[in-house]
Amino acid sequence: MSDSRTLAGAKWFEQRSAEWRSAGRRLQDLESGRSARPQDVLEAVRAYPEIARDLALARRAAPTGPLTKYLEGVYLQLHRSLFRPPAAFWRDVRKLFTHDAAAAALELRWHIAAVAALFVACLGAGAWLVSTYPELASLFASEKMIEGVQRGELWTDNLLNVVPSSLLSAQIFTNNIVVSLFALCLGVLYGLGTFYIIAMNGLSIGGIFAFTAQYGVGGRLFAFTAAHGFVELSVVCISGAVGASLGEALARPGDLTRGAAFQHAVARGMRLMVVCLVFLVGAGVLEGFVSPDPRFPLAARFAIGLGYFALFVLVLSGALGRLGRRARAGGA
Amino acid sequence: MESIIRIPSVTGVDVELRIAGPGGRSYAFVIDWHIRFLAAAAWFIAGTFAFAGGLRALPPGAANASYGFGVVAPAIVIYFLYHPVLEILLRGQTPGMRMAGVRLVAIADGGAPGIGALLIRNVFRLVDSLPSIYAIGLVATMVTKNAVRIGDIAAGTVLVYDEAPREALLSQLSGRAVERLGLAQAQLVRDVLDRWPQLGSDARYTLAKELLTRAGVGVPRDDAGLKAKLEELVA
Repeated sequence: MSDSRTLAGAKWFEQRSAEWRSAGRRLQDLESGRSARPQDVLEAVRAYPEIARDLALARRAAPTGPLTKYLEGVYLQLHRSLFRPPAAFWRDVRKLFTHDAAAAALELRWHIAAVAALFVACLGAGAWLVSTYPELASLFASEKMIEGVQRGELWTDNLLNVVPSSLLSAQIFTNNIVVSLFALCLGVLYGLGTFYIIAMNGLSIGGIFAFTAQYGVGGRLFAFTAAHGFVELSVVCISGAVGASLGEALARPGDLTRGAAFQHAVARGMRLMVVCLVFLVGAGVLEGFVSPDPRFPLAARFAIGLGYFALFVLVLSGALGRLGRRARAGGA
Repeated sequence: MESIIRIPSVTGVDVELRIAGPGGRSYAFVIDWHIRFLAAAAWFIAGTFAFAGGLRALPPGAANASYGFGVVAPAIVIYFLYHPVLEILLRGQTPGMRMAGVRLVAIADGGAPGIGALLIRNVFRLVDSLPSIYAIGLVATMVTKNAVRIGDIAAGTVLVYDEAPREALLSQLSGRAVERLGLAQAQLVRDVLDRWPQLGSDARYTLAKELLTRAGVGVPRDDAGLKAKLEELVA
């Protein structure tokens, strides 16, 4: 290096090191704070290209030297702070319920229809199997459940004497959420894991209903499921549809790479699933408080179940968002 | 070979991120696992102690809603929601990741991942943890380009070494040293001095002789003299 260049380098180092130090210190506030002072942000915006230039010079002089390492750290933090997406949590949540979930449901309508058809077919197959070969009930129900049904008792009878409603609700919705998320995640096996879970659920439910019907308690089981079943089974089908869409993204990525298609499918599916899981919590509450309570007559259970399902459809069809927008436009 | 992700920036100077491999990732996970297990166990034991007046199994029917919601549920929540909650609150880091010196970033821009991405990567733990002890996740980190598990692929995230700027690095260089040696040479001398304890005597001599000769300084024969001369150069 010539003397003049060495001198220029030394001058540059002396002049800039104070700036680097102060940028490093300011960044700690920007990184950790939820809100930063405007002058600090403006200072960071001004420093960003300057530090980038300094880093390029330092990298050229000594790619692994201490100055390069230091500037890499400052530059990375500046980049992270400046390009952080704005925090708009509640606005995003509202948009999710009024728009995004409905848009995802619309995109996935054929997947939902296909998985629902598979579910209904398996439901029918399970019912036919147990009606035709009653001994197959042992595939879907435990020995204790079978003995109870043969005595004319349902396992859901006196449920509230064993576990309090609140605890029952929590157990139920936690279990349902895990099952739904499993159905979704197993879509990563090119959709096969999802199909397996949906098919098994359909076969089990169909088989159990047929089995209880044989002993004259099918109506009581139907009454038990009337309040929560519509939404619960719909969410199972939707999670299966999202899982199937993940499998499809891997099998037929189209113009995208498999990774990018998978990411896109997951992001779209999760927008729908978050809303579904919230409804699943509500279904769990109904299953814990309403379904096992003999004080609720069948008509009331139906009214609650259908009303809750109507709200679910309202949200996933985007009608709730349209109503909200219309109301705001009318108010303005 | 070290894996690096280069994130293009508007300035034309790429942001470089060093990817944490299965080792760094496992180290962070083991620390986090201990923290969440101990926290959940501590809550459960303390709660049971307070509820039952001692650490004993509750008789059937005694476990009511207040025990379920006050003791069991929080312990389960601590254990299972530790990762998503802390990753969201600490913007892509858990205490274990912090101790291991790694953090999560969005692969698209190198920034902290959004809440949606963090939730997605945690939902996919259901698959990554199969059949047990995170076998699928661990294998995925070994075979994928960016050493990521399936949850990270789904969420578009990657675990990288967190390199906060340390002022000590800057303090190692003085303006006088840069003026005397030039920026590249001054950093090289600093680098050799940092690695001095790990170098063998032959390597020390060869490197020091080269650097001192370039700077036009006499080369002493002994080890201590070489080091002292190099330190003088960058003082």
